Amino acid sequence: MAEKVLMKGNEAIAISAIRNGVDGYFGYPITPQSEVMETLMKEKPWETTGMVVLQAESEVSSINMVYGGASCGKKVMTSSSSPGISLMCEGISYMAGAELPCVVVDVMRGGPGLGTIQPSQGDYNQIVKGGGHGDYHNIVIAPASAQDMYDFVDWGFELAFKYRNPVVVLADGVIGQMMEKVEIHPPKPRMTDEEIRTKAPWATVGKPASRERNIITSLSLDSDTQEAFNRKLHAKYSEIQEKEVKFTEYMTEDAEYLFTAFGCSSRICEAAVDMLRAEGIKAGLLRPVTLFPFPYKEISRLASQVKSIMSIELNFGQMVEDVRLGAENKCPVGFYGRQGGNIYTPEEVAEEFRKFNNIK
Amino acid sequence: MKEEIIIAGFGGQGVLSMGKILAYSAIMQDMEVTWMPSYGPEMRGGTANVCVIISDRKIGSPIVTKYDTAIVLNQQSLDKFENAVKPGGLLIYDPSGITREPVRKDIQICRIDAISHAAELGNAKVYNMVVLGAFLKMHPVVEQKNVRKGLEKSIPARYSDLIDLNEKAIAEGMKHVVSVNQI
Amino acid sequence: MNIEDIRKPENIVYRKPALLTDNIMHYCPGCSHGTVHKIVAEVIGEMGIQEKTIGICPVGCSVFAYNYIDIDWQEAAHGRAPALATATKRLCPDKYVFTYQGDGDLASIGTAEIIHACSRGENIVVIFINNGIYGMTGGQMAPTTLLGMKTSTTPYGRDAKLNGFPLKITEMLAALDGTAYITRQSVHTAPAARKAKNAIRKAFEYSDRNIGLSFVEIVSTCNSGWKLSPVAANKWMEENMFKEYPLGDIKDVLK
Repeated sequence: MAEKVLMKGNEAIAISAIRNGVDGYFGYPITPQSEVMETLMKEKPWETTGMVVLQAESEVSSINMVYGGASCGKKVMTSSSSPGISLMCEGISYMAGAELPCVVVDVMRGGPGLGTIQPSQGDYNQIVKGGGHGDYHNIVIAPASAQDMYDFVDWGFELAFKYRNPVVVLADGVIGQMMEKVEIHPPKPRMTDEEIRTKAPWATVGKPASRERNIITSLSLDSDTQEAFNRKLHAKYSEIQEKEVKFTEYMTEDAEYLFTAFGCSSRICEAAVDMLRAEGIKAGLLRPVTLFPFPYKEISRLASQVKSIMSIELNFGQMVEDVRLGAENKCPVGFYGRQGGNIYTPEEVAEEFRKFNNIK
Repeated sequence: MKEEIIIAGFGGQGVLSMGKILAYSAIMQDMEVTWMPSYGPEMRGGTANVCVIISDRKIGSPIVTKYDTAIVLNQQSLDKFENAVKPGGLLIYDPSGITREPVRKDIQICRIDAISHAAELGNAKVYNMVVLGAFLKMHPVVEQKNVRKGLEKSIPARYSDLIDLNEKAIAEGMKHVVSVNQI
Repeated sequence: MNIEDIRKPENIVYRKPALLTDNIMHYCPGCSHGTVHKIVAEVIGEMGIQEKTIGICPVGCSVFAYNYIDIDWQEAAHGRAPALATATKRLCPDKYVFTYQGDGDLASIGTAEIIHACSRGENIVVIFINNGIYGMTGGQMAPTTLLGMKTSTTPYGRDAKLNGFPLKITEMLAALDGTAYITRQSVHTAPAARKAKNAIRKAFEYSDRNIGLSFVEIVSTCNSGWKLSPVAANKWMEENMFKEYPLGDIKDVLK
């Protein structure tokens, strides 16, 4: 039977990394995610699984340590919060360009700039639409509970290695700081050198006479070579969009109105749905679990069914643009958001819903 | 069953750990929990609060504005949360932390003089457990044996000799909590 | 002796190192990079550690070093090579890991990464090519550009008031407790190249002994950037660069 432990989302990331055979974590402190590295340092996994944990001198350095570790075919990760993620975007772009697997956890806080240290979902555009330079996508998965934080580390590495692509776990201050019950699964060992050679034949682990040298690079000065590479990346992203969309639905079967929300907002919307249902209003919720790939098709399907869609986000309207694309003008799409670390309550969401839909 | 509790006081009063022990005890009783703290600079010596939700089904929003129970250990917290208690709900306060008595008539109000009882036990650190005892007496949301398990899970192994003392403090709180009104 | 006799193995006195590939180098004639690449390939070959060596390329002229030395390579973002090397060495402690960086990469944009890699005492080798200029982007001022030296961004010569002073990063790194071996060499003459080779070999050997970071600076020419012929560039280097950047060992913890 799985062990049940009370822990913060941030702690769940750390414990999951150790128990899922992660090889290395490289990070830099920033609120509200510092518990990730603090927990790792307290647990001393280098004495048990051999996992490397290192506090870097900056986020720029942490992500480039991740680049180096990933180049060796290792399961390596980092975590930060919004301002630190901005600094990492250079490295993430290089990793997308070098097709390297890694997991980056962004526990979002308010911005722009130094902003606040309170929860936010203001990095949606940055992480889902790009962040760094060039034509690339992160695979983006959005946890809504401490259990998700625990589970998404392993899932993130599965996707990262399957597609040789950076995966971002897009969390927020609520999910990072909140404690919940987490079911801990039996530990998985780290990959052996032999497994790495099979799973990641491209890795720089030292060149034997039997193969050509492996080069991890994102550089190509020839336009045609670069274009061909971009086509290959694009084909990969299309395959991801085709195969990896994940979402959850709450009370959508007979829904006449739909909320869309991710992360902590989806849970607040769930409570708002319950309130509205108690008044006899048939509301439902679609929570995208993957933000790239995005559940456009499912939103399109529901847009044909409902009278309206309302996107609820801790920002001034970022995911709503994708919701509109999905809804294809089949129904009105509204938005409600809060900023700066202020979090809407279910009552507030229900009230905004009534306003938007002219329901007294 | 669902109980939404706000615990608020000064940093250092053990607000967060009280919430944690309560939440862990509920997990030991196979319930769902969320423990959502206020965090950031205001935690350093200022007012700290944590919202604990205990439920026998999956918890949606961890953010609520009305509580079944407010446990307030200083004046700022009483001012902030007295009106956030649902009608018919419970407010527990420590008289030594406040300068103005609570005034609501539509909620149950209880007092626990936790500082004196903790002092009698010879360890001021169990202050928060006395308060927890007061709460558990009024709203027995978790069974005694699960509280013990919650303590065992929450207290680091090197302090395991303190589990009995904490349990004793909870018992003291249960014994001495006083209801100051009737609704 | 005909040509066939000359080519007999017993008559060969010099050959291209086995680990140097047949790719034609893109470096300008007279550039020091070619010589340093050859030395690195020789050292790795002679130590028999091709299968255990991972190189990290910089951004700069040597960005394509991976085309020339037949080992596994990672290409870093500008200045970040020591961060990649840190993780690579810590995750693969039985490997030899080295970075190959120019002065724009290491002494300007990458100062944080190199200082902290040194400070942590990472067991890696750093080969630092210092030619006092940005070669690849067309001859702009580097942190190591000498006072009075003309570059495309100091067209009237480097002025301390405007541009500050040449950065003696190697001496700075020697002051850090995490460094084991710090030396400054050049490759402009055969004896100098032999000394540089010994230094690079020592650095690789030290990196296997868990005693900290080994750092070999090679004071180099950039005849294109300096707008001098290869011979004149060597002379200019001896007369000017060596005054600011004197050759020799700066630190050796095993001595």
